[in-house]
Amino acid sequence: MPDPATTQYFGLPGYVVLWILTLVAFYLFGIKVAYYVRTLGKARPEKRWDRIGERVGLVLTHVLGQRRLFNEPGIGIAHFLIFWAFVFYATSFFWNLVKGLVPILPIPYADDVGWMAFALEAFGVLALVGIVVAAVRRYILTPPRLERTYDATLILGLIALLLVTFLVGAAAKTRGAPGVYLWMWWAHMVTVLGFLAYLPYSKHMHLLAAPFGVFFSSLRPGAPPPASEGASRFEEFTWRELFSGLACAECGRCDRACPAFNSGFALSPKELVHKVKELVRAPGAGGKFLGEVVRPEEVWACTTCLSCMERCPVLNEHIPLVLEMRRHLVSQGEVETPLQQAMMNLNRYGNSFGQSPRARAKWTADLPFKIKDARKEPVEYLWVVGDYASYDPRVQTVTKATARVFQQAGLDFGILYEGEQNSGNDVRRTGEEGLFDVLRGKNLQAVAKARFEHVVTTDPHTYHALKNEYANGDGGWTGRNVLHSSELLERLLAEGKLSAHRRLDGVVTFHDPCYLGRYNGVYSPPRLVLNALGTKLREMPRNRRTAYCCGAGGGRIWMEDPPGVKERPAESRVREAAGLHGVNTLVVACPKDLVMFQDALKTTGLEGSLAVKDLIELVEEAAAPSERSDSHARA
Amino acid sequence: MSGSIWVLAEHWRGQLSESTYELLALGREIADGLGVELQAVLLGHGAADLAKGLGKANSVLSVDHSSLCEPVPEACAAALVQLIKERRPRSVLVPLTNISMGVGTLVSTAVKVPAANFCRDVRVVDGGLQATCVLYGGKIEATVTMGAECSILGIWPGARAAENGRSDVVPPVEPVTVSLPEAPRVRFKRYIEPEAGDVDITQQDTLVAVGRGMQGQANLALAEELAEVLGGAVCGSRPVIDQGWLPLSRQVGKSGVSVKPKLYLAAGISGAPEHVEGMKNAALIIAVNTDPRAPIFNVAHYGILADALEVLPALTEAVRGKKG
Amino acid sequence: MNILVLLRMIPDVVEELEISNDGKTLDREFLRLIPNETDDHALEEALLLKERHGGKVTVVAPDAPELDDVLFACLAKGADRAVKISGVEPVMGGRAAARLMAQVLTTAPGLLPADLILTGVQSTEDLDGLMAPILSHLLQLPYVDNVTQVTADGPGKTVTAVKEFPSAVRAEFDVQLPAVLGIQAAEKPPRYVPVAKVRAVMKSQHLESAAAPAGVEAGQLEILQMAKPEPAEHAEMLAGDPAQVAGKICEILAARGVL
Ligand SMILES: Cc1cc2nc3c(=O)[nH]c(=O)nc-3n(C[C@H](O)[C@H](O)[C@H](O)COP(=O)(O)OP(=O)(O)OC[C@H]3O[C@@H](n4cnc5c(N)ncnc54)[C@H](O)[C@@H]3O)c2cc1C
Ligand code: SF4
Ligand code: SF4
Repeated sequence: MPDPATTQYFGLPGYVVLWILTLVAFYLFGIKVAYYVRTLGKARPEKRWDRIGERVGLVLTHVLGQRRLFNEPGIGIAHFLIFWAFVFYATSFFWNLVKGLVPILPIPYADDVGWMAFALEAFGVLALVGIVVAAVRRYILTPPRLERTYDATLILGLIALLLVTFLVGAAAKTRGAPGVYLWMWWAHMVTVLGFLAYLPYSKHMHLLAAPFGVFFSSLRPGAPPPASEGASRFEEFTWRELFSGLACAECGRCDRACPAFNSGFALSPKELVHKVKELVRAPGAGGKFLGEVVRPEEVWACTTCLSCMERCPVLNEHIPLVLEMRRHLVSQGEVETPLQQAMMNLNRYGNSFGQSPRARAKWTADLPFKIKDARKEPVEYLWVVGDYASYDPRVQTVTKATARVFQQAGLDFGILYEGEQNSGNDVRRTGEEGLFDVLRGKNLQAVAKARFEHVVTTDPHTYHALKNEYANGDGGWTGRNVLHSSELLERLLAEGKLSAHRRLDGVVTFHDPCYLGRYNGVYSPPRLVLNALGTKLREMPRNRRTAYCCGAGGGRIWMEDPPGVKERPAESRVREAAGLHGVNTLVVACPKDLVMFQDALKTTGLEGSLAVKDLIELVEEAAAPSERSDSHARA
Repeated sequence: MSGSIWVLAEHWRGQLSESTYELLALGREIADGLGVELQAVLLGHGAADLAKGLGKANSVLSVDHSSLCEPVPEACAAALVQLIKERRPRSVLVPLTNISMGVGTLVSTAVKVPAANFCRDVRVVDGGLQATCVLYGGKIEATVTMGAECSILGIWPGARAAENGRSDVVPPVEPVTVSLPEAPRVRFKRYIEPEAGDVDITQQDTLVAVGRGMQGQANLALAEELAEVLGGAVCGSRPVIDQGWLPLSRQVGKSGVSVKPKLYLAAGISGAPEHVEGMKNAALIIAVNTDPRAPIFNVAHYGILADALEVLPALTEAVRGKKG
Repeated sequence: MNILVLLRMIPDVVEELEISNDGKTLDREFLRLIPNETDDHALEEALLLKERHGGKVTVVAPDAPELDDVLFACLAKGADRAVKISGVEPVMGGRAAARLMAQVLTTAPGLLPADLILTGVQSTEDLDGLMAPILSHLLQLPYVDNVTQVTADGPGKTVTAVKEFPSAVRAEFDVQLPAVLGIQAAEKPPRYVPVAKVRAVMKSQHLESAAAPAGVEAGQLEILQMAKPEPAEHAEMLAGDPAQVAGKICEILAARGVL
């Protein structure tokens, strides 16, 4: 076969033509990439260089392994094939480019090397199949939130073209058709160069940016951004927050998972990220970023449930964007009245209910025993009760059951009485960092006086804050010894300190609280408890990582529903539970869930067919010595 | 007449206000207890006709002045001050309403006599006056004594039943003149009427609140009727709004509005904390519910364990009957 | 426009209030003091006026526990000065408060003359009279109460005060300046001020203080006794058939002046 690089075309040797094309393509590519690098350089710094090993691990799993794409298996496989074809084709392309530009190099073309040629042909064919699948999905079986853009069509076309030109060229080579081979060789190189030049201008920028995005992604997804006064304009975001825009593949997975979006709230996480991309493309264009491009309603709609980030194949970070903008709105005092009321109550009384701190432990009055005051005597378990469990009359029933179960298990436990304050987890998610600091400070001060070995709480929000966000404060708090009640119950049952005297034989389903599951990976303990009680667990379609948020998180429980809500998240969730065959109880492990779902039962009219119970209520039911089997009577 | 009890006859837009009758009822008791006369003071411009309704008083002092055309507290106070200085009444009862709120305090300061505010009750004890005053949002009640001197008493709405302050007797009227500044420092300009559109439930004195216990939208007519005879509006709990029985503007509670009416009648509402948050400050809460353990009974002043669908129409009838 | 906002700290009724052994005063030991709610609205209205017409907002408040934090929050919200009247005994009632304020305003430098003096229309402890009208009398200034909005056409000699009347009707009054206005509610709910901003203000600004004048007379009212009315833990249940119950409700409504 003739060497395309040394063949003469219109009097010019091939390599000269190639040089010209390459320079043009790399120039176009380079100026755009340089623009992005320069632009991001003007954003706020954020340290994402630590723990390199873990970061490499992320790249292996999420870039080379494409893990999250398989959450949607059909397109997952297709994308996997296209991706790996891309890896081989990119290698081959650069290899051939070098050889083509410098023909005197003593190396063969990539496709003249046997194994490489085989891989290219094999992946080429598989990738073509992948493209057909992708095209069918995009144009015929379009899932919600996937758009049929001109850009996507162009890219799919270009990929197909570069595959086809290569495969036809390869065939021509084996069949001995040098003319066709030369045409195809050039067609392939031009397509790839064109692709390269176009890439940074297109949505497939993700192909370039995603691996970096993954490498620099947060090792504690959902963690609040570094200290700031919030962000409303380009320079106020960190470079990594902005980078999400470039890495986004516009796949719509985040929207499909988002409770705010699905309920008809103003927020679409995908749009949000897209707006950030536009911001990076042209900072300052399109009006004030926060206010005109992104409306405050969008920012307030988020429940910080982490579903979007859990699902995003390129590990984009939506929550930091939301939190930065909330911080800004809070700093401007732009806070809707009910939320403002909650903040003022937290500041003044240490609880969002606006009740007296002295009433925090009022629920203990009905108990037949006295709970130790952990500020006064040492205890093994310090129970941080949390606001809803302390003040909401519906949850108090469960709180009392918790106390009885702990007592029955012979646990040495105590509470902080009025020394406890709201943990600040949710208020931090509303962007009021200063208030979080105040609450954390007061709580750490209160526990400093207490002696204990472990901390336990029934509230996942409190759990998350105590475990992960109290540590950098003072008092040597590490968060290592913090347990959720489901973890403790599981231990107590396993160690035989509690036992199911009466096996419960119903069929139940379990709702994973966002701040227990996605945020902290606690999925098995509650399930093991249910199992130990003898109940049969039937999972909802959306469970564990994909569990659907109840809608209360991120401070949403303090905010008004936006007008025009379609279906509240909690309503969607109870319908999902009620739709399971034979299930009559939705088991929860979070005080707010109890409130949200009991309310949703009323609004959906499902009261008769489904009951919402806390895990602890079931434990008490099963573990109660027989004469007290009615002790969980509900108010 | 020196030593008599006076009542400021509040009126607005051509009508004596309910408070006036309440004050007359209370004033009558005090005057009788002291064995003195009860006089009503009517300040206005072209309003002398209203004296007809003040028959519970022994007589009416009627002041007509162009500056008193609309209730400007300063002008009312200036007129009262002149009268008090001339005639030295034993005590003046002034209503604590939006209309007259500051008048009592202004007067007491100008005449340099003691005032007692927020009175929910005034009694004659050993020939002197004692008042019970509501402080700190009702958490504390103070009993104060006024001595034998002239005093000004600011009376909360609802201290007595307005009913007991009405009378068919036409009282003698004594026209009195006062001099008021030609160029007042505060000048009435105009009224701003509430915007048309849906009623603003935060502005209603009476609310009939409905919950899911009303069973269906069709039954809301029962609540509407009752609200109408009571001169109030209907509001609801969130599920009622969610189901579209009432517009969002009528939702009471955490995600709705907070209300503070004189009467909140909750029919078929369980009393969830989110709801209670929005209505717990109502002056009078009456709950109708079929469940004896419904938490609404913990915030209500009066409870009725019955079917709301039966109680509401019965109440509508009764109120109609009472109003005649 | 030069605006003074008078703020008072009053007992928070979220906490249980206790009566001292003399039976006539509040036990101050366990009290939590918070800014009077309508005073907060007065500040908001003042800040809105300043935003529209420029000028200066000065908050004046008698010293009380927790007052410093509150005053810093006022500064963080946008007030220009915060003046603490130090050396005061806690007093109850509007009369003593008005006398104290009047003396401080007239003697402490740099407070008067002001165009407007805004304060809450009432506080829950104004037992012997409302502070604002007494103050207006002492300073010989015009007074309007239940104000929900103040507007001015630039720097003039008058403002328009909107006063709330029953049935959602409001009325506009022309008020000569300077004047005292008793604010019922600001045009919009008082703004939120984030904790971080208050902390920043604590570092960058300071509170002024004015000495309380000696010998402000207390009120003339004699308190015989204070008591806590029995809180109704549970509703009083009305029994009977619907007609009987309806009759009973009617009586209650009539007695309460609702009918
Ligand atoms: C974040 C959040 C915000 C919320 N915000 C609000 C809010 O702003 N406002 C609000 O109201 N709710 C709100 N809720 C909902 C609240 O929790 C309750 O679900 C709701 O208030 C219950 O409404 P209800 O009392 O009408 O219904 P239910 O609780 O179902 O009560 C119906 C009552 O009617 C009684 N009843 C039945 N039949 C009769 C009859 N024939 N006669 C008399 N009584 C009868 C029953 O005994 C029962 O007590 C919110 C919930 C959440 C989680
Ligand atoms: S965190 Fe949850 S609510 Fe917020 S954008 Fe992501 S998916 Fe939506
Ligand atoms: S942010 Fe992630 S999940 Fe959302 S569209 Fe972009 S790539 Fe997909």
